[in-house]
Amino acid sequence: MKNVLDVLIDIVSTPAILVAFIAVVGLLLQKKGIADIIRGGIKTFVGFLIVTAGANFVVSSLEPFGIMFQKAFHVTGVVPNNEAIVAVALEKFGTYTALIMLAGMLFNILFARITRYKYIYLTGHATLYMACMIAVILSVSGLDGFLLVLFGGISLGIANTVFPAILQPFTVQVTKNDSVALAHTGNFGYAFSAIIGKYFGNKEKSTEDINFPKGLAFLRDSTVSITITMGIVYMIVAIFTGNDYVTKELSGGTNYIVYALQQAGSFAAGVFIILAGVRLILAEIVPAFKGISEKLVPNAKPALDCPIVFPYAPNAVLIGFFSSFVGGILSLIIMAVTGLPIIIPGVVPHFFCGATAGVYGNATGGVRGAVLGSFLQGILISFMPIFLMPVMGDLGFAGSTFSDTDYGVVGLLLGNMTNGGGKMLVMIGILVVLGLVLVASKVTTVRVAKKSTEA
Amino acid sequence: MKLAAVCGSGLGSSFMVEMNIKTILKELGLEDIDVQHYDVGSAAPELADMFFVGGDLADSTTHLGNVTVLDSIIDMDELREKVTAVVKDAGLLA
Repeated sequence: MKNVLDVLIDIVSTPAILVAFIAVVGLLLQKKGIADIIRGGIKTFVGFLIVTAGANFVVSSLEPFGIMFQKAFHVTGVVPNNEAIVAVALEKFGTYTALIMLAGMLFNILFARITRYKYIYLTGHATLYMACMIAVILSVSGLDGFLLVLFGGISLGIANTVFPAILQPFTVQVTKNDSVALAHTGNFGYAFSAIIGKYFGNKEKSTEDINFPKGLAFLRDSTVSITITMGIVYMIVAIFTGNDYVTKELSGGTNYIVYALQQAGSFAAGVFIILAGVRLILAEIVPAFKGISEKLVPNAKPALDCPIVFPYAPNAVLIGFFSSFVGGILSLIIMAVTGLPIIIPGVVPHFFCGATAGVYGNATGGVRGAVLGSFLQGILISFMPIFLMPVMGDLGFAGSTFSDTDYGVVGLLLGNMTNGGGKMLVMIGILVVLGLVLVASKVTTVRVAKKSTEA
Repeated sequence: MKLAAVCGSGLGSSFMVEMNIKTILKELGLEDIDVQHYDVGSAAPELADMFFVGGDLADSTTHLGNVTVLDSIIDMDELREKVTAVVKDAGLLA
């Protein structure tokens, strides 16, 4: 009997099998055929192992980078990349991540049903990454087992219901309809950008009136853009480290520039592998979540990934990316001067978050709104990780970190409650936030109802 | 016949378009048509007979050959119209 129990515990604590199990349950609930269930289960299982393989690749590239950066500049250099940090964290926190993700999706459905925030967060990878960060921070707080999954799930459920809601007034301005919402891990930053645009911009002068060069289209291929930016950064660091040190200590004799380029390519290769794995993990879980939520939440509004707003303002996408990146470089200079750890401007977060911030800034404040909003958003996602790293325990030293604003908001809230009063304060804090959300929903419902009777 | 949706990282919005295409094909009674989603870097012409992309990616996907550009990737009516046209062109729908 004990052996059977041991096997069951092993199954639950092997994350690759656990996520496959979740996928199979989703497929069963959708009444799929046996062939679909077997295929879906196996692909989810293998997908998780692919993510782990990608993590090894990314780590093998980040480790020498960290050593060289320390040697050259005598401060820590950190590459913010969600895929990289999640893949590394999943090795230790895979089981909690999978369980929090599952609980978070269920709480999202519950909160969407009982509040007036009818948003169902369908961006699966964002849910997975956020679940992972919550698992890490709550583990640091001392929570474990059932309580960790429960409170982690509530936190994720709140985040996934509320973040689309706070952005919705601006999303309506962008898309001109109220039937879909935005679900990406930078929602806080986009709302921030939209508010900046509203007060400092001029809606009349839209980014879309500008004629923009089209030669930069190849940068939309993330393998290309990651390799280029990491190649440049890696080479600069290698030059400051010096050929002697690199060939003697790290590369085993290979020339330092060649070594730098190869490591930059390895990083891009690792991210490529991780993305392929994440795609497999989500392939069965997201459609199941979508199907189930549509049945359980009447009038549900799907909240979707950030590129849904890109076609509304393609110029703002490019302007937002560049402004955000400039914000990242300015932040880097400030960090270097003040002796803080250096956050290398990551091309992926600055692209997706910067571009989306640009679109929102443009919707409320035209060209000036897009430039200023995404520039300040770029500074925000550069400095937030510096405060986030210390609350992530051992993982704060992994050479990579979460960057988008919503990770910062959730992570700093949970992390600082942990530092202030350990797991008790974290649990109370999560319940207080939940209470506030429920009250806010009630109050605004009354207000909306009153408005409609007056009108 | 194979259809595919493409977006920047091949995670979120292309996946959503894929699910929407599947819903439309189901309405049309053409559930046998295979639909996948890819990122810009991985998508290659031989992977599908028609690729659906948002307007912001039109310039980044010219190498794919058969591309249908969507003005809005959340507009089901537009997608239904364009998917229907594609399957009609392929002779799968009268």
